[in-house]
Amino acid sequence: MTTGVPRRRLLGFAGAGVALAGAGAAAGAFATRQSPEVENVAAAKVPFRGEVQAGITTPAQDHMHFVALDVKTTSRDELIDLLKQWTLAAERMTAGQEAAENGAVGGNAAAPPRDTGEALDLPASALTLTIGFGPSLFDDRFGLKDKRPEALIDLPRFPQDQLDPLRSNGDICIQACANDPQVAVHAIRNLVRIGFGRVAVRWSQLGFGRTSSTTRSQVTPRNMFGFKDGTRNIKAEDTDLLHDHVWATDGPEWIRGGTYLVARRIRMHIEIWDRTSLTEQEQIIGRTKGEGAPLGQQKEFDEPDLHVRGAGGVPLIGETSHIRLASAESLNGVRILRRGYNFTDGSDGLGHLDAGLFFLGFSRDSRTHYVPMQQALSTKDKMMEYVEHTGSAHFAVPPGVKEGEFWGQGLFR
Amino acid sequence: MRKAVVILGSLAVLAACSGKPASNASGSIAVEATDDACKVSKTEASTGPVTFEVTNKGAKVTEFYLYAEGDRILGEVENIGPGLSRKLIVEVTEPGKLQTACKPGMKGDGIRGDFTVTGDSKKSSDGNALLGDATKSYQRYVSSQADQLGAKTEEFVNAVKAKKVDDAKALFPVARTYWERIEPVAESFGDLDPKIDGREDKIENGQPFTGFHRLEKDLWESGLQADSDKIADQLLADVKEIVAKSKTVELTPVELANGAKELLDEVATGKITGEEDRYSHTDLWDFRANVDGSQAAIAALRPAVEQKDKALASTLDAKFKALDEALEKHRKGDGFKSYKELSQDEVKALAEAVDALGEPVSKVAEVVSAK
Repeated sequence: MTTGVPRRRLLGFAGAGVALAGAGAAAGAFATRQSPEVENVAAAKVPFRGEVQAGITTPAQDHMHFVALDVKTTSRDELIDLLKQWTLAAERMTAGQEAAENGAVGGNAAAPPRDTGEALDLPASALTLTIGFGPSLFDDRFGLKDKRPEALIDLPRFPQDQLDPLRSNGDICIQACANDPQVAVHAIRNLVRIGFGRVAVRWSQLGFGRTSSTTRSQVTPRNMFGFKDGTRNIKAEDTDLLHDHVWATDGPEWIRGGTYLVARRIRMHIEIWDRTSLTEQEQIIGRTKGEGAPLGQQKEFDEPDLHVRGAGGVPLIGETSHIRLASAESLNGVRILRRGYNFTDGSDGLGHLDAGLFFLGFSRDSRTHYVPMQQALSTKDKMMEYVEHTGSAHFAVPPGVKEGEFWGQGLFR
Repeated sequence: MRKAVVILGSLAVLAACSGKPASNASGSIAVEATDDACKVSKTEASTGPVTFEVTNKGAKVTEFYLYAEGDRILGEVENIGPGLSRKLIVEVTEPGKLQTACKPGMKGDGIRGDFTVTGDSKKSSDGNALLGDATKSYQRYVSSQADQLGAKTEEFVNAVKAKKVDDAKALFPVARTYWERIEPVAESFGDLDPKIDGREDKIENGQPFTGFHRLEKDLWESGLQADSDKIADQLLADVKEIVAKSKTVELTPVELANGAKELLDEVATGKITGEEDRYSHTDLWDFRANVDGSQAAIAALRPAVEQKDKALASTLDAKFKALDEALEKHRKGDGFKSYKELSQDEVKALAEAVDALGEPVSKVAEVVSAK
């Protein structure tokens, strides 16, 4: 993987607006996040170590593989050892290398290869790997009970939740995002393999097509309803907002500078949606479908004006429209950084696509941020007639991994 | 538990989808609002979109309105703080003498000014006699179903209160049939729908679980409870309120068409999955009733559809027939098999028939709203 010429995604370069004579030119030159205009380039490498974990404010990559794991070992030392091994492999893979040196080929031929090999010829593809710890990890098994942050609550049941226990919760999560789906899947596959015997996969989710942008240079993508999603998301450039709403400053030492992640699998009844008139679709969202302008305004990035009313004094952005209920104005100024992905897990056996949006929302405290927002949406949002929350999980995401440290080291001090 | 019938008639205020941000030079009208004045830079416009840029130069929070005759609001923007500018785009469809108003302090009649709109009418004409007949005919249907809903709910409630569990179980799907046939109309009365038809997993936190499904749970699962009588009385009172209100509903042809579509959405998301009647498994009764209601609405519109799009009319006939056939296979006595008795293949066949019908039904609104 370190030497091969990228064989895939070459066409994607043009889409990213970067003129490249040859793929080789890309290697190394795009190693940092300081070049947002090349963030979708296949060869881009995102540093694994830093103040905060990569994969939160990193420009949202196009693909995701998310896994939730249950810890099976009851030994604290084995868990620590696993986190160390994971850290090594994760750092290598985000640099575009195999999970272990000479992992795919070149090792002992009598042994199964230590890297599964499917990413052998693929570049780093801006792979990021982000770890989080769920409420269930903080029980008696590993002596972590007093390390559980108060903010890491068991999420309440929201009205209309249809949660599948087989798609919910978990002791540990790992989010892999990359511009090539095979790179993301390779990373999760190899980390899971390293963990066999100590952790077991509880559930996992593939996502294609980011549904939010996390930097200003990214075009707002569309979700499976066909609408632009994440126009008003917090962006990497909004350092004040990140400070106020995303990075935790309270709780036990190990989580400070980290954040909390709520993951929700939101099934969309897209066949029903597709039979809904354009006017009604736009009223449900509160934006126009083409431009993405808030109703009553002209351009996508015009601020929504919740106080504009039409004929008969009826609000243009309706009382039950999605953007009104999810807006900071309606939620006491609260905002969340989102990194959602579209998904389609085949069909449901009744001839309907099992499709939707895998919501990933980061905030400094889910109790003040996610919970009130979802409470408002699940009780009032007209969109609830077209969606069903089928999976849910909550994780504390520790701050970045410094040189010489391993993933979540602070938790075991 | 589904949506209220939504009015999708002509929007008087539109969001322009394209074009440069309006500036004073390119046709938008500047409004300078102060605590005692409302200066509108131009007091004439042509029919079509009219854009106002309202700036509050006063000390009080203000609002800006555009009124048609009789103080009918065409558009307004509220809550404009001192120093702020806000934009209001109004689609004016008719020429005439209008009024602008600033309301410093957001109260009173405001500071009025005349505003003249000239040009051709942009309003769509829908003086179609066939459509007028359609809405009247459907209203008669709603009214007759509502009467039956009231009567059958009363029988059901009486059986519950007399502790005649078997009778109550037999009456449950019958009373619900009339509810499900006119559900989109009933649902347009906001708070009553969750009280009458809320499912345990769908109601809001803190809201009591009441209505048909609570009694369903009592009858089939937990046995009649101490408060079952009270729940039954409340159900009857709520249903009577719906019955009275549904007679006053006035529907447009587009609402009728959307109601027909929503009934099929109900089937596709609630009944086909067996979620609706999870204790009694009488989902197929509700399924039948939703399809009946959808068919009644489409039947009322059929003469108009026939006139405007003959092919769509015959497609609708064929797909309703196909769904009927798929459903009637599962009849048992006066009613239907339990949802539990359906095989996965049978459920899938029903889902496919609903999808096949849902597509053409979703096209009816467009056809009846076409000029």
